[in-house]
Amino acid sequence: MSPLAGYLLVAALLFAIGLAGALTRRNAILVLIGIELMLNAANLNLIAFWRYGPHPEALTGMMFAIFSIAVAAAEAAVGLGLVISIHRHAHTTDLDAMNRMKG
Amino acid sequence: MIDKLDQVFVLLTHWVVGFLPAFLQPVAIVVIAVAAILVTFPGLFAICVLLERKGLGRMQNRLGPNRVGPFGLLQPVADGLKSLTKEDLVPLSADAAVHFLAPVFLVVVVFMGYAVLPVGRHMTLVNMDAGLLFYFAMGASTELSVFMAGWSSRNKYSLLGAMRAVAQMISYEVPLLMSSVAVVMITGSLSLNRIVEAQNQYTWGLPHWYIFTPWGFAGFVMFATAATAETNRSPFDLPEGESELVAGYFTEYSGFKFAEFFLGEYVGMLSISGLGATLFLGGWSAPLAVLGWVPSWIWFFGKVMLSMCVFIWLRGTLPRLRQDQLMNFAWKFVLPFTMLNLFVAAAWRFMGDGWERWVVCSVVLVIAYVVMARVGMRRKHFGPRSYRYAE
Amino acid sequence: MNFAFYLISGLAVAGALAAVLLKNTVHCALALTVAFAGIALLFLKLGAQFAGFAQILVYIGAVAILVVFAILLTRGSETPKDGVYSKFPLTGLAIAAAVFAVLGWAVLNSASALPGAANPSAAAPTVTVMDIGNALMSRYVLPLEIVALLLTAALIGAVIVAMHEKEEAK
Repeated sequence: MSPLAGYLLVAALLFAIGLAGALTRRNAILVLIGIELMLNAANLNLIAFWRYGPHPEALTGMMFAIFSIAVAAAEAAVGLGLVISIHRHAHTTDLDAMNRMKG
Repeated sequence: MIDKLDQVFVLLTHWVVGFLPAFLQPVAIVVIAVAAILVTFPGLFAICVLLERKGLGRMQNRLGPNRVGPFGLLQPVADGLKSLTKEDLVPLSADAAVHFLAPVFLVVVVFMGYAVLPVGRHMTLVNMDAGLLFYFAMGASTELSVFMAGWSSRNKYSLLGAMRAVAQMISYEVPLLMSSVAVVMITGSLSLNRIVEAQNQYTWGLPHWYIFTPWGFAGFVMFATAATAETNRSPFDLPEGESELVAGYFTEYSGFKFAEFFLGEYVGMLSISGLGATLFLGGWSAPLAVLGWVPSWIWFFGKVMLSMCVFIWLRGTLPRLRQDQLMNFAWKFVLPFTMLNLFVAAAWRFMGDGWERWVVCSVVLVIAYVVMARVGMRRKHFGPRSYRYAE
Repeated sequence: MNFAFYLISGLAVAGALAAVLLKNTVHCALALTVAFAGIALLFLKLGAQFAGFAQILVYIGAVAILVVFAILLTRGSETPKDGVYSKFPLTGLAIAAAVFAVLGWAVLNSASALPGAANPSAAAPTVTVMDIGNALMSRYVLPLEIVALLLTAALIGAVIVAMHEKEEAK
């Protein structure tokens, strides 16, 4: 198994763990934690392909990963702001309790 | 001979390592360098603690500690023994694992910052290409340990102190980075070694330190302000102010864990003084060309201790800022001023050598400072008092 | 595949597992920080110094603190009465396991066609920060400006969304 395959498997495992967390936890913030893990796994994938790919001097993978980090941070900020706002309205962050369209 | 004295530590390391087999030598060099850092800076911490207590005492018209040893010189030893032998209390409802890990995390992260500081000529532990970025990454991690300490104590005062401390550290992180970016822009590299080498040139005997340029001086003042706030020192020490919050986020810590926090705070101050010396004061370069024979590491440590004395002086002189005043100051004055400083540094670079750039840059900075300080920091008009209750 | 790789990936996976399995939300956030640190170390091992330090600076220094603040502002440190998992956790686990199975099968079956299979011990590319800066200003200047706009919009949006509404009646 080549080193690249090793990194890709670790990234796939992290992605699956993040997905499991996002799908099975009640608290909205833990769903966001799962999403952050998935984004990190994708970044790891990008950097691994950059390193072992044919043209690492073109810096494509590294640039993609850096922009992905920036976008993920922005998305985390907005997402957590939304969670805080929902908590202020419904006094809970339990996603199973928010199962009605009526506010 | 002078070169030998300058490089005495490097030569000593190589001599000691020469006795070991070849495959162990790279590891041994790193181990010896790390051991040197772990011995030197806590030693400086002991000196700083004593300096602070005596200095503050003198500024407040009293003697500092003077009973332990001649002129109180053995006071740090007494403090160390006391903190090692005090009972280690952990509150019953506290989160034991996080409570234990918080000071450990702080100390580890703070010592990592020393890996990139150029202590002398050829005396950097790791010569990283992105050294400054590594330093700021370690600095950003200290905030998490502050939060861990405050939350795990399950104490309202600790939590409040931790929230305030984290908010303050995040707010002042941005001006700290922006004032360093001006230096990086002019030097063209994130490597701290390159930054020091760029300042190690002399014109008419005077050095090219960045603090002697208009943008460098403004940048240094902003950096010093942000550094004081980052390390929670007076006048920004509301999170640990004794009269407000008992002891802030380390209320529930006693004995050795408190000593770890104390160590972490002072070692952090030494670290950021070292960074300020490297970025603006020329690192290990001598102030005058004729003084180049003095070993480089003496200049570095001299500048670091000078910065510590300024920190202590500020603590003894200025009153504490309130939380909202502190945040106001950060976002409405320091941050815009550092951004303007970036533009001024860029203008400095592109105007080329000559007296025009000195005049233009100085004038722009002075006018901006006066305008922003007068207009931006005007006190709000007092109206009828409004209450807002916690929800 | 040397020992350091296994150690660091073990750390990252353990942190991720703890982040989704623990009951106390703040512990989950701190375990997430460990996972971030593990991923940053993997970046450093791959020779991507700038991405690794940016990961520590942004994720551990900012996103982790954001998550922790949000947990505190939404009283997440109290454990809920009904347990921490949703009504049908097994469905979620099955989906995640299926995703991992598909990805793992894809990686292992195409091992011979992967670019790194030919020369696994090729030296890491030496990338200086100056190269990254040049690339950001020449080839990637449009994404840079757009990300700047995006971050500004996100900053203003997050503040507005989470702000206290002004009370009309006193």
